[in-house]
Amino acid sequence: MKNVVLLAVDGSEGSDRALTHAMNRAKTGGAKVVVAYVIEWSPYSFNTPEENAERHNRRESEIVRANSGVVVPALAKLAEAGIEAEGIVRHGKPAETLCAIAEECEAAQIVIGRRGQNGVKAMIFGSVVGNLVQAAPVPVVVVP
Amino acid sequence: MARFVTFLLTALLLSGPAFAGIDETINSITAPIANVIGDIVFFKINIAGAGLPLVVLWLVIGAVFFTVYMGFVNLRGFGHAIRLVRGDYADPNSAGEVSHFQALATAVSGTVGIGNIGGVAVAVTVGGAGATFWLIVAGFLGMSTKFVECTLGVKYRNENPDGSVSGGPMYYLRKGFEERGMTGFGKFMGTFYAIGIFVGALGIGNMFQSNQAYVQLNTVAGGGLDGYGWLVGLILAVVVFAVIVGGIKSIARVTEKIVPFMAVFYCFFAIIVILMNFTSIPMAISNIFTGAFTGEGVAGGALGALIIGFQRAVFSNEAGIGSASIAHAAVKTDEPVTEGYVSLLEPFIDTIVICTITALVIGTSQVADPNFAGDATGVAMTSAAFERQISWFPLPLAFGALLFAFSTMISWSYYGLKGWTYLFGENQSLQTIYKIIFCAFVALGCVVQLDPILSISDALVFLICVPNILGLYFLAPIVKAEMNKYQAKLASGEIKKFKN
Repeated sequence: MKNVVLLAVDGSEGSDRALTHAMNRAKTGGAKVVVAYVIEWSPYSFNTPEENAERHNRRESEIVRANSGVVVPALAKLAEAGIEAEGIVRHGKPAETLCAIAEECEAAQIVIGRRGQNGVKAMIFGSVVGNLVQAAPVPVVVVP
Repeated sequence: MARFVTFLLTALLLSGPAFAGIDETINSITAPIANVIGDIVFFKINIAGAGLPLVVLWLVIGAVFFTVYMGFVNLRGFGHAIRLVRGDYADPNSAGEVSHFQALATAVSGTVGIGNIGGVAVAVTVGGAGATFWLIVAGFLGMSTKFVECTLGVKYRNENPDGSVSGGPMYYLRKGFEERGMTGFGKFMGTFYAIGIFVGALGIGNMFQSNQAYVQLNTVAGGGLDGYGWLVGLILAVVVFAVIVGGIKSIARVTEKIVPFMAVFYCFFAIIVILMNFTSIPMAISNIFTGAFTGEGVAGGALGALIIGFQRAVFSNEAGIGSASIAHAAVKTDEPVTEGYVSLLEPFIDTIVICTITALVIGTSQVADPNFAGDATGVAMTSAAFERQISWFPLPLAFGALLFAFSTMISWSYYGLKGWTYLFGENQSLQTIYKIIFCAFVALGCVVQLDPILSISDALVFLICVPNILGLYFLAPIVKAEMNKYQAKLASGEIKKFKN
C-alpha cells in the first residue's frame, strides 16, 4: 500500500467538500491524491442501432466533459496547494469501478462526498457511497 | 380555434373509409408487378408434390456448407459466445464502448418480432407439427451463416471521419471482392445489396410491421378500428418520426428496454401455458417428430414440412440475408471473429428458443382441442392458444406485438439508412429525406392492402441473399483464417480473461 488518497468526484457540492477534506489530509500526511471520476455505464444496457454506431464518439465527449468540468479544476487546486496529483476518468458501475481503481493505485484510503440521495431511490438501488463502504478494499472516509 | 379543430377531426373521422379508393388504385398498379417479381425470386421446383423455392434451397445449402466448413462452430463456439457476452474477455480500458451484449441485444430486437408469434402459427397450420422440427434444424444451421456474416461485418466496416461506424454486407461485398482483384464486381454487388436492403426496409421492416400492429390493435378493440387504419398509421408514423428524425431517444430507449422484458414475459407465460397443457406435452412432442419424417396430412409430406419449417426459420432469424451484420458491426472489439461468436446466439434465441416455445404452445393446445382456434392462423391462432388457458392474455400479447413491431421498425429504419448512405453518402439532409420517406411508409402500411407491396419487398429481401451468400462463399476462407488465428491466441494465453 502506498501513501495515496483516492478521491472520488462527480462535480456535486458534496464532491467539492470531499476535495477540501482530501486536500487538508494529503497536505498534513504528505500523500499523493488520485482524482477519479466514474461515468455511470453498464455493458448490459439496451441501445438502438444508431446509438451503438455513435457510441465511440459519445464516450470520447463524455470523457472530455468529465475532465474539463471536474477533474482538471480539481487537479489545478491540488497543484496550487503543492500536492502531487493524478486524474482518472473511467466508465462503469461507480462503486465497483472505484474499488478497482483503489486496488490499481494501491490507495491507503478512499475519500468521497455524501450525496444525500432521496430515501426511496437509495433503498431500491442502493447509494454509491453505501455500496462503496460495503465493498471497498481500504477504509472509506465519507465527507458530509 | 377549438371549434375549428373539432370540425377538422370530425371531417377526418368521417372521411376515414373514403381512403379505400386510394387503396384499390395502389393495389391495381402494384399487383401485376408484384406477381412477376415474386414468381422470379420464389421460383419453385417441384419435388414429390412439394414446391421448393430455389431461394430457400440456396439459403439452406449455404447454411449446411458453413456449418461443415467452420467445423460445427454453431456447437463448438456456443460456450465461448456466452462467455464473451458475459464480458469475461472485456478489457476494462474499453469500458464505455459498445459491448458484445449491447450489439447482440440490438440485433436481437431487430429480429424478434411478429414472426416469432405469428409466423410459427402459419408454419404449423401449413406444414403440420413436423414443421417445428425443421424450423429448429434450420435455426441451428443458420447460426453458422450468422457467424460468417457478422465476422465479416465487423472486419470490413467503415470508420467514418466523425468516429461513427458503418458496416454490413454492402461493405464486405465491395471490399472483399476488391481484395481479390474483382473491383468492378464488388462494386456491383455492394450497390445491389444496398438497394435491396433499402427497399426491404420499407417493406418487411416497415409496412408489414405497422400493418400487423394495426391488425392486432383492431382485434383487441373488437373491430372498432375498422376503416381507421390511416389514423393508427398516422400515430405510429408520428412516433417513429419523433424517434428517427426528431432524435427523441427516450422513446427508442424505452422500447429497447421494454422489448427484452416483453420477450421474457412472453416466454414465461408461454411456458406456463405449456405446463397447464401438460397432459398433452408427450403427444405434442411426438407429433413434432413423427410429423417431421412422415409429414402426415401435409402437402408434399415430410418434404413439405421441411420446406415450410426452413422458410419460416429464415423469415424469422434472417440468417443469410445479412441485415443483422449491420447492427453487429457497431461493437468495440480488436478481433472481428468475437462478434461472429456472439452472433451465433441470435438465431438460437430467436428460432430455437422463442419459436419453439410458440410452437409448443400451439402444439399442446392442438392436442387438447384440435378446433381451439377455428379458422384463425397467424398471430390470432397463437393468441387463441394462450386464451384457452389464460383468458386475459390476448391484451398483453397485442401490446407486446405492437412493441415488437415498433422495435423492428426502428432497427430496420437503421438498416435501410445504411443502405441509403452507402448509395448516396453520409450527407445529413439526404439522410433526413430517407427518414421522412420511411415514416410515410409506416403510415401507408396501415392503409393499403398489403399483399402486392409485401410480395415485392419480400422478394427483394430474399433476392439480396443471393449476392450475400455468394460473397460469403468467397470470403469464408478469410473468416476461417481469422477463427483459427483467434483460437490459437486463446490457447496460447495471448487473449486473456479479465474476469473469472
